[in-house]
Amino acid sequence: MAKKLALIASKGTLDWAYPPFILASTAAALDYEVQIFFTFYGLTLLKKDLGELKVSPLGNPAMPMPVPMPNLMQMIPGMESMATMMMRQKIADKGVASIDELRSICLESGVKLIACQMTVDLFDFKADNFIEGIEFGGAATFFEFAGESDVNLFI
Amino acid sequence: MDFNKELDARGLNCPLPILRCKKGLAEIQNGQILKVVATDPGSVKDFQAFCKQTGHELLSLEENDNAEKKEFIFHIKKRT
Repeated sequence: MAKKLALIASKGTLDWAYPPFILASTAAALDYEVQIFFTFYGLTLLKKDLGELKVSPLGNPAMPMPVPMPNLMQMIPGMESMATMMMRQKIADKGVASIDELRSICLESGVKLIACQMTVDLFDFKADNFIEGIEFGGAATFFEFAGESDVNLFI
Repeated sequence: MDFNKELDARGLNCPLPILRCKKGLAEIQNGQILKVVATDPGSVKDFQAFCKQTGHELLSLEENDNAEKKEFIFHIKKRT
């Protein structure tokens, strides 16, 4: 029987979009059955337009910067856009997959993507904000699969 | 070594070489051989782990130091 991987994706930034989609697509390639439950800010990763994903250096002193500067400087308007632009450039230069591509591979390889219905309501998101092929559910839906999974991760 | 299909994964980073390999294997028959050329040094361990877990056979692993960027060449036999 296939091994199972259950992930919770709770973050909605460009950098944190990677772990769930990398792990899910790779696990699927390894013949795992995979589900990702997207909750709170993680829901952003299910939107049609991933162009709005940003990375913020503010409050993230580990982020490599071209010029060393105090972390507080990162709150200057425009810094977030600049950091995001630089990150996207680096991703392309280094042959790292785009989030769009990883997400498509997940869908093609049968990874089940579940949007947390409660958070959808909480943030007033509309079903048509999201890509096709996803499901909506709650905590009990997650446990139905997670309870019989070999690996469970909260991201 | 003979092969049935070749996959150029040069310049791609983790996990793309594995994901492309999976796709490439889906396009050949059981028992046929897929050749993969990658430049990601992490792919060496990853392809070994991939084959171990999926049952495809890693027939050979060669390194090519003469390329502009070091290449890792895998021959993988699709499980039957």
